[in-house]
Amino acid sequence: MTNRISDDLLTQCMHCGLCLSVCPTYALTGDEKSSPRGRIRLMKSVMESRIPVTDAFVNEMDFCLDCQACETACPAGVKYGELVESARIFVESSRKRTSLKVFILRKVVVRRRVLNFIAGIARVYQSSRVDRLVLRLLNIASKNLYNKARQLPKVSESFSINTLPEVIEPKDEWRGTVAVLTGCVMDVFFADINKDTVDVLVENGWRVVIPKDQVCCGSLNAHNGDGITPKGLARKNVDVFERTAAEYYVINSAGCGAFMKQYGDVLANDRGYSERARAFSAKVRDFSEFLVQTGYKKPGAHTCKPTAYHEACHLVHAQKVSSEPSEIVRDVADKDYRTLNEATWCCGSAGIYNVVRYDDAVKLLNRKMVNIKNSGAEIVVTGNPGCLAQIASGAKKEGLDIEVVHPATLLSRLYKANGSQ
Amino acid sequence: MIGEKVKSELVRIFGKDGFRDSDEDRIAYSYDGTPVRSVLPDAIVTPSSVEQISKLMILANENKFAVVPRGSGSGLSGGSIPTENSVVLLMNKWTNVIEFDKNNLTAWVEPGVVTGKFQSLVESQGLFYPPDPGSAQICTLGGNVAENSGGLRGLKYGVTKNYVLGLEVVLPNGDVMRVGGKNMKDVAGYNLKDVMIGSEGTLGIFTKILLKLIPLPKTGRTLLAFYDSIAGAAATVSEITAARIVPAMLEFLDNPTIRAVEDFAKLGLDRNAGAVLLAEVDGAKPVVEEDLAAIEMICKKSRATTLHVARDQSEGMKLKAARRSALAALARISPTTILEDATVPRSELTTMVYFINLTAAKHNVQIGTFGHAGDGNLHPTGLTDERNEAEMKRIEEAFDDIFRKAVELGGTITGEHGIGLSKKKFLEELYNTPFVSMMKKTKEMLDPNFVLNPGKVVSVAPRCEGALPRSREQIDRVLSKMDNPAEAYF
Ligand SMILES: Cc1cc2nc3c(=O)[nH]c(=O)nc-3n(C[C@H](O)[C@H](O)[C@H](O)COP(=O)(O)OP(=O)(O)OC[C@H]3O[C@@H](n4cnc5c(N)ncnc54)[C@H](O)[C@@H]3O)c2cc1C
Ligand code: SF4
Ligand code: SF4
Repeated sequence: MTNRISDDLLTQCMHCGLCLSVCPTYALTGDEKSSPRGRIRLMKSVMESRIPVTDAFVNEMDFCLDCQACETACPAGVKYGELVESARIFVESSRKRTSLKVFILRKVVVRRRVLNFIAGIARVYQSSRVDRLVLRLLNIASKNLYNKARQLPKVSESFSINTLPEVIEPKDEWRGTVAVLTGCVMDVFFADINKDTVDVLVENGWRVVIPKDQVCCGSLNAHNGDGITPKGLARKNVDVFERTAAEYYVINSAGCGAFMKQYGDVLANDRGYSERARAFSAKVRDFSEFLVQTGYKKPGAHTCKPTAYHEACHLVHAQKVSSEPSEIVRDVADKDYRTLNEATWCCGSAGIYNVVRYDDAVKLLNRKMVNIKNSGAEIVVTGNPGCLAQIASGAKKEGLDIEVVHPATLLSRLYKANGSQ
Repeated sequence: MIGEKVKSELVRIFGKDGFRDSDEDRIAYSYDGTPVRSVLPDAIVTPSSVEQISKLMILANENKFAVVPRGSGSGLSGGSIPTENSVVLLMNKWTNVIEFDKNNLTAWVEPGVVTGKFQSLVESQGLFYPPDPGSAQICTLGGNVAENSGGLRGLKYGVTKNYVLGLEVVLPNGDVMRVGGKNMKDVAGYNLKDVMIGSEGTLGIFTKILLKLIPLPKTGRTLLAFYDSIAGAAATVSEITAARIVPAMLEFLDNPTIRAVEDFAKLGLDRNAGAVLLAEVDGAKPVVEEDLAAIEMICKKSRATTLHVARDQSEGMKLKAARRSALAALARISPTTILEDATVPRSELTTMVYFINLTAAKHNVQIGTFGHAGDGNLHPTGLTDERNEAEMKRIEEAFDDIFRKAVELGGTITGEHGIGLSKKKFLEELYNTPFVSMMKKTKEMLDPNFVLNPGKVVSVAPRCEGALPRSREQIDRVLSKMDNPAEAYF
């Protein structure tokens, strides 16, 4: 069977337990089976046919945020992310029917036209009076659905992929070409961040290409038990981005960046693509990582408000990118920099986790909000659309006057502020 | 299996939420940090009061099932691995710091408090709880007391037992005993508190712990020295001791470990160095400066090839990275990592490390050694793959030789991880009979039905490993192998 969870990866775990201290789900329950070490042992037991794929097993695999904090803590280099993703694929393949979760991802998110359509409806819904009416009805029907609907960030006026030109030239200096992924979640809810990203790159002398036929990176599917769809998406993006002849592919969404850095592994067994996918991944950089590594203009202006940095899981744990974004935030915050306790803990967003496991996500968000309140920050910077939406909804719920921004937005704004001085 | 009657009794005592016996839960509590071994418990209970624990012990005695206390399950000698016919008693949800007494510098804590969290709490108040096992981020104070855990600061500050002032313990028969208190001096009766410390969950269950705190040292400085051979590093250790300097930390890595660390962390270490020594001195500034200068001189005299002295704390952290990544670097090399803790008087450091390297070569296995040079507590770390039976057997033989040698040199088979299941055979074989038999008598007296963590540390219960011989023929075969047939069951 091709869907087995790798025995080599499982055996690498020496069950020392050091990962328990950083696992958000273990912190919630104190239960070994919702810890990384416990989940690995459960996977092993399923692989050795000691237990079948039980509901409790599936529940633990779904409860896991795939935040990969355990990978950062693990002394033995256990590739937990790979393990849980292959466990989810195994679960899907051992079921007779596709789960609703995978169905949504396969049919909705990866198809831009469908996504466009749904976003269109949502836009009309959010901008009209219908909005409040529906919310009220939902509240009567189901508290849970009501909360979910309220939690949705505002859908962008228009998608950046439709409004931004395909090529944007820098003004004076010319340092080379980069290609940018607009992302699906990013583009539906945060199209402005894509515009800010382009502004900052151009300001720093980069020629920016936004390939129009790019597709979803495939990460949401891969994280949720779909082993097939992501491969097709990866192949398509390799084709499309190669044609841009860009030196780097700059990704402003931590989740997408993490997955695109793995294209080399995803397509490792694909004869036509393995080499090209590896070359692709080598060019992928997170937005902040790229700026700091290649050198960027310090804006000179400061935030002038208490500012803290929340480390997105897919940046700090999956991509091991931590010092670069915090360097940017420290620089622009200057004296107003605030240390955020448990900054590397998941906020509960975790891809579509906050939709499929709403109650658990709320608990994690509450913990995050307590830490944010204690830090005294009025601006929270973070490099992932999921975290932006999640923390903003937390702030709204608690009635806190906190702005949650992407580093690109912050830089773009400060460049402009300085330019107008 | 414990049977339905006992199960329903357990549900009655602990409530529906405090009792679990699903396959998934049993699997998740079938192991601890010890390599290879695991046994499924019959059930897991989470107590919310001392009375519940008492009732559990009474029920266990009536129905003859085993109770296995568990903290976070980071133990390395199998202390919290279940036994046959057992119920796991989970203490990790008892996480309150009950009282923080700044006048007496003491704290009453529950046993499930995580050591690292307690340390940060105490340090935020300018106080210090020195015992710091490498697992501090996850292990519990209850587990630490049960194992009498050590750590990097053992040389100057001692180990867990030096900080335990009092205990509340549920005894195997269900009685609740309190020993010790806030007095720094107390000689009323036998020192039963110290019998409980390090008892590895076999003599009682800790429900409250009174800990001693000390003032936080004002400053600290760190130094890293490289040597061509382990002998140079050992000479430095002896000289430092002779100069009456007690560093807070005096750690070393041997060559196989240095190579592993360099391959993994790329810190720019010399891959050919025979040994690295890491020293940290702490205390009042003038004393720290004076001690550091003296250690620097000694390192040079003992022919250190390179010497790095950290100017401040953050540089110190960088120097400590080499030591901190030792386990991570070794653990990545192969799937199964066997972290051992053979310990010798510090004067025998060189002999022991050479012996370990030779033994590894002799048995054709990979062993990297690092550890606490200052107190002779070594961590020879075996790197293997539990699926490779032949190699597992060779590594077991290598460790057999290593433990025997440690005892021969006046050392011990375990400096801080405990006997548990893993080292029972060595304890009974290598230590003097009165010592072992007194331990057995103590266990028998406190726990006559052997219900509390049986089979750990010492075996007193009849050994029924494997199927019992039934036919006349089988019985004769067993008896013929024994000099003293009565021993077959003891
Ligand atoms: C990576 C790593 C590094 C380590 N480094 C060190 C080190 O430097 N120094 C060191 O000494 N150890 C070290 N250890 C070993 C281990 O962490 C310690 O033994 C620790 O004290 C175990 O604590 P725990 O909470 O995990 O206890 P567990 O492993 O759950 O239990 C350990 C023992 O304590 C008993 N127990 C637990 N709670 C109670 C209670 N409330 N009452 C009675 N008995 C109880 C259990 O029955 C068992 O016998 C290390 C382990 C790992 C994995
Ligand atoms: S830290 Fe790594 S090796 Fe240790 S239990 Fe967790 S996953 Fe396994
Ligand atoms: S990925 Fe996150 S939630 Fe999942 S086991 Fe690891 S630390 Fe826990």
